[in-house]
Amino acid sequence: MMQTTEGGLRAWLTAETPQSRGQARLGRVYLGWLAFSRNRLAMIGLGIVLLLVLMAALAPLLAPYDPYRQDLSQRLLPPSAAHWLGTDAFGRDILSRILYGSRLTLMIVALVAVTAPVAGLLIGTVAGYLGGWADAALMRVTDIFLAFPKLILALAFVSALGPGIENAIIAIAITSWPPYARIARAETITIRKSDFISAVRLQGASTPRIILGHVVPLCSSSLIVRVTLDMAGIILTAAGLGFLGLGAQPPAPEWGAMIATGRQYVLEQWWVATMPGIAIFVVSLGFNLLGDGLRDVLDPKGK
Amino acid sequence: MIDVTDLRVTFGQGADAVAAVQGVSFAVRAGESFGLVGESGSGKSTVLRAVVGLNHDWTGSIAVDGAAQGRRREKGFFKSCQMVFQDPYGSLHPRHTIDRILAEPIAIHGLRDADARIDRVLRDVGLGPQFRFRYPHQLSGGQRQRVAIARALVLEPRVLLLDEPTSALDVSVQAEILNLLKRLRAEHALTYVLVSHNLAVVATMCDRLAVMNRGRIVEEMDVEALRRGAAREDYTRQLLRASQGYDRAAADSFKDFA
Repeated sequence: MMQTTEGGLRAWLTAETPQSRGQARLGRVYLGWLAFSRNRLAMIGLGIVLLLVLMAALAPLLAPYDPYRQDLSQRLLPPSAAHWLGTDAFGRDILSRILYGSRLTLMIVALVAVTAPVAGLLIGTVAGYLGGWADAALMRVTDIFLAFPKLILALAFVSALGPGIENAIIAIAITSWPPYARIARAETITIRKSDFISAVRLQGASTPRIILGHVVPLCSSSLIVRVTLDMAGIILTAAGLGFLGLGAQPPAPEWGAMIATGRQYVLEQWWVATMPGIAIFVVSLGFNLLGDGLRDVLDPKGK
Repeated sequence: MIDVTDLRVTFGQGADAVAAVQGVSFAVRAGESFGLVGESGSGKSTVLRAVVGLNHDWTGSIAVDGAAQGRRREKGFFKSCQMVFQDPYGSLHPRHTIDRILAEPIAIHGLRDADARIDRVLRDVGLGPQFRFRYPHQLSGGQRQRVAIARALVLEPRVLLLDEPTSALDVSVQAEILNLLKRLRAEHALTYVLVSHNLAVVATMCDRLAVMNRGRIVEEMDVEALRRGAAREDYTRQLLRASQGYDRAAADSFKDFA
């Protein structure tokens, strides 16, 4: 079935009449990829995110120095051939710390991305599909969470749980699910009355089956877009908590914490705070561009 | 096969309450094709949705295949009674392949040999196996309606409720779908309840029909009487005249039947 030449593969993927489930699914993914790859900014975003993943995976190979090794004779050196991005107040190489810091950033992003949207999606679709009492109860809880500014609520959680990167992740996840629940509920309400949901009810499907198999797939694409666009905010919140000393603890090379320690030297040794700042900026931009591109591909209203 | 007695359906509460169906009774024999005719808002689709269990707020009694039905239906009920919706663009899940759409009822009821069933039912509705792994957006309106009919037939029901099955399709495709429905009824000994505002469709498809207006059945007649134009009630006569096409003199003479 699978041809070897590239032209054959493309024909197989774009076939009008797929022969199997897998071919139909791959063909759909391929068409989405074609639409996505036409958007140059989105491709730049994807490139930045892939670069971040590579940096995190290959940090031990790429980093010229140990990110934790202090050398007080080398402290606060400006960028040079030996230290491309300079050194910080303890003589640690900033480039190595940024490379290792990408692992923390990626961990925060990944853990928040697999918890908050999933919780929001479940709460929103259940509330929207069941309506009535379940809807009222779940959405009032959501409203309570939405009533607090995100960073303030995260601060409150972290001070209650104790500072640390794990608690920062938990705090960010707890504070970022309510908007996802709102989106999922709104989408569910428009889907709930449609004939294809009535049809599956007429086949005797149980409520969990309808929600998970028929409602969730339709809500998830707009949620994926929203999550990608929120990634920048999540990175910034994590960096903000690190900056305030409530996220990653020293000597962990978390970018926000690095900016915080560089703050006192910002006028004379500007590179200490600026380099991790640029890293945060570039990664946030990358996720935003990626999210924009995904919206063009996944948003059902665009089709 | 279907016995409906004094069915009443009200939407909303208090001052906003709308009595959509006000005391409808009819009986459909096994193997019969029964038409429900009326203008928009006469309550004919509401009757159908109450019979199939999509609408829970009704009073009266509904019996299907000799069994009185409550407000919530047992899973087994859906094996004997299925429905085809009006709009083929809204009744198929946009992210599921035809294969997935047809496999779903088989999985829900835990039936075996899904592949053979899907192949058979696709052939039954005149779609070849090449349609099996397509998405609904790759199909025309008529093809989608065939898929919707196939989905209703997968469980091998005895009763098929048809809610304006052709009104969203263009005329040439309408005839194809009506012929398909006729053939399927003969082959599978199905009982049809067909809701339509189109008297010509009802005349070709049904043995007997009931005319509805404002939530009530105005008149029951057989299709022979419909073809002769032998209506007892003024409302039915007006509906017959309206169905013959636009005519200014006729339109001016139309009355409101409360």
